[in-house]
Amino acid sequence: MTKRSAPLTFALWLIPLAFLAFFFYQPLIAIFRVVFSERFSQGWALFEWSQVIKPLRFSFLQAILSTLLTLAVGLPAAWLFARFEFPGRQTLRAVSLLPFILPTVVVAAAFNTLIGPQGWINRALMALFNLSAPPLKLLNSLFAILLAHVFYNTSIIIRIVGAAWSRLNPRLEHAARLLGAKPWQAFTKVTLPLLTPSLLSASLLVFLFDFTSFGVVLMLGGPRFSTIEVEIYNQAMNRFNLPVAGLLSLIQLGITLLVTLLQNRVNTPRYGKAALNPERSALSRPAKPWQKTFVVLMVVCLIGLFAVPIFSLITRSFVTLEADRGQRGEAALGFTLRYYRELFHNRSGSIFYVPPIQAIRNSLVYSGVAILIAGSLGTLSAYAMARHARLNRLLEPLFMLPLGASAVTLGLGFLLVFNRAPWVNSSFPIMVPIAHSLIALPFVVRTMLPAVRGIPVSLREASRSLGANPLQVLLRVDLPILLRNLLVSLVFVFTISLGEFGASSFLSNPHAPTIPVAIYRYISQPGALNYGQALAMSSLLLLVCGLGSLLIEKIRLPGEELF
Amino acid sequence: MLEVQNLIKDYENKPLLKGVSFTVDKGQLVCLLGASGSGKSTVLRIIAGLEEPQSGAVLWQGQNLRDTPTHKRGFGLMFQDYALFPHKTVAQNIAFGLQMQRLPEDEIAQRVRAGLESIRMQSFADRPVTELSGGEQQRVALARALALSPSLLMLDEPLGALDHTLRTQLIQELRAMLRQSQIPVIYVTHDREEAFGLADRLLILHEGVILQQGTPQELFKQPASPWVAEFLGLGNLVPGVVSQTEPLTVKTAFAELSVPTQRQTLVAGQECKLLLRPEDALLSSAATPESNAFGCVVRDSRFMGEYHQLELLCGGVSLLARSQEPAQIGAGLQAQWSPERIQVFPNS
Repeated sequence: MTKRSAPLTFALWLIPLAFLAFFFYQPLIAIFRVVFSERFSQGWALFEWSQVIKPLRFSFLQAILSTLLTLAVGLPAAWLFARFEFPGRQTLRAVSLLPFILPTVVVAAAFNTLIGPQGWINRALMALFNLSAPPLKLLNSLFAILLAHVFYNTSIIIRIVGAAWSRLNPRLEHAARLLGAKPWQAFTKVTLPLLTPSLLSASLLVFLFDFTSFGVVLMLGGPRFSTIEVEIYNQAMNRFNLPVAGLLSLIQLGITLLVTLLQNRVNTPRYGKAALNPERSALSRPAKPWQKTFVVLMVVCLIGLFAVPIFSLITRSFVTLEADRGQRGEAALGFTLRYYRELFHNRSGSIFYVPPIQAIRNSLVYSGVAILIAGSLGTLSAYAMARHARLNRLLEPLFMLPLGASAVTLGLGFLLVFNRAPWVNSSFPIMVPIAHSLIALPFVVRTMLPAVRGIPVSLREASRSLGANPLQVLLRVDLPILLRNLLVSLVFVFTISLGEFGASSFLSNPHAPTIPVAIYRYISQPGALNYGQALAMSSLLLLVCGLGSLLIEKIRLPGEELF
Repeated sequence: MLEVQNLIKDYENKPLLKGVSFTVDKGQLVCLLGASGSGKSTVLRIIAGLEEPQSGAVLWQGQNLRDTPTHKRGFGLMFQDYALFPHKTVAQNIAFGLQMQRLPEDEIAQRVRAGLESIRMQSFADRPVTELSGGEQQRVALARALALSPSLLMLDEPLGALDHTLRTQLIQELRAMLRQSQIPVIYVTHDREEAFGLADRLLILHEGVILQQGTPQELFKQPASPWVAEFLGLGNLVPGVVSQTEPLTVKTAFAELSVPTQRQTLVAGQECKLLLRPEDALLSSAATPESNAFGCVVRDSRFMGEYHQLELLCGGVSLLARSQEPAQIGAGLQAQWSPERIQVFPNS
């Protein structure tokens, strides 16, 4: 843009900033006030540091372990996709990237159907050895948490490190080989140092996601394990100890901000074009025997990690394996569509019972509102950031801070500020879609910003000189260019809103849960019907998110990264 | 020393090399000349062990290299884009191969210094390679490849990315350095000037086979096919038909030309191509009836410094000719090529 007028930039900033001030900074300040209030200083007597230290230690421990394990799987996978051509490569890559967009409750449900007491493995063992109880207690263990985190975050390593690796000039490694380096020397002395920025950046991001993990730990770890994020939820929702919840939130916010800053720092590409692959692709079919072995092993490993849990979830939602609660005698075993049919039935026995179709309807409405809010605010912000005004340097950090806030922190803050009329008593819990918008906003900005920046000034000037008024320029020039990225953003907001669990679990009205909240409720209740309905809903959510992910991959321009 | 035997290699299910064989002797600089996509670089990569041929062999001093991995072959390869390690300085780049050999530190330091000296870049030792210009990078890449004293040096279009002035200057430097090192060299390029200026022996690679090999002079004097003549830019290729065998005469679109008797017997009516080199044209403004002379119109005259390049239109065919004098565009001229200067390529 040619004009760098501060007033216009400020005007563009104003609406998103007002939104952030009201819905992000106000709750944040409320958390601060609760922590440092007199109420809490009176509570010091009851406060024990172990309430903070224990979850903090576990958060670090499991996050470090998860990150290391994720690297152990993700690095070879990144190499596989960056350098080797094999049948089914595209499909496997798409499947490997899918988990990133999957809601935590779906992942938790999928692993539940695999390793849980009613899962395939235990069911198979019970049938094989005629056991009366599930022999393997894999659920509610550190193992389950780590497994789900690896499942979740390997896609990040593949995306970031794999992209850097495929862009890396393979001749550098060849040059090293010609200079007498053995294959592993060429890797450690040349490839690895050149991949370090992306490797560090990806690892820190994975660490961040693992550190603030909520749904996975809550649903797969059970009551024995709690990360800070889960402990915030416990303190606030189960013990009503808001000061401790607030303190945990602030500690977590500090740590995540630190890691985010670090991550942004290491992410800068260092060598410009010097290390870039001059050719379009460095893919080759595995030629040597060890290469073939590697490709086969890795493909099997990735299918096992990604396809099996997803497949397990879908199949399990179509079969009956146990009797319903209260049902006498043998249950009819085998294929059934009952769980899906039951989604539409209203068996309101208890007052807390909500028919699943209601939850689906709620989620769709919330995501519609979130799309409106996040889409418009994100686009406005992208326009504001694309203008090189001095104001931007002041306002940008203010705007990106919400990135560091976790969903549960957001939920806690909302609870503190908006747990009163008119926010609560209204028939529509507007706070849920607003929280979703805040969580999705950075994704929208990151998707839109490069596109807005990329619109050539000359195009706008040319259309002006041809007689277009500003509105016509916006509709005829900007919009068609931005359309692709706008669509990607909106699909993003849609899937994020559908799958969001942390904030929703705080904010959604007990009578009007979202899909993930309903799944969590159903899966923790006994009985085949509840379990089956949770799986059916998870499968539907999986389908929608899968389609969304596919759509994003299809309409996204190649080379645009999400991080 | 190096013997390449009948290399066959497909690329994306299309044949790329269809049986390439040649040898490189001690101290020889062999130029592999071919258009882009002809598979020149692949030949180098196979010799280096970075790729495997479907069939054929690479022999070094009589020994098959099939089971020798790249890092044990002891060959140097300088890549087209130099492939300097961007995370290392100039000196660290040159030292890399020496470190792989686990040479003592002081010897590495001493040889790096010698390498820097040979490319006259002593003061650049601690610069990051990303800050170097194209010509400087080229020299560092050469020093890196030579630091290990490889038993064979391969250069893949080493001057490809540089501008003309720099190229001419670097060809001189390269010649001097390669002569001095006495290492056998395979030099791959698509630029015939570079090839003529450097090669002891020239190989022309086209459509997966070596069309012709010999000294640059031999190839210049006796191109083996119209394709080679055209690729080397030797002059006008004119189609014609044998009209008379005794003496051998070829009828073209603009004149009947007598040509030298060929080793292989030609029959009347046979189609062929004639090579008329611009520098052999005899031009005169007077129309005197002489053999192999014909009238034409000047279409363009360009001053090239040493001579004038004329484009002549003769019976619908455009011919290039060199002249010491400029010519008026549109003027009539008489052009003549003496029979012994014309080369005949019978169509197969």
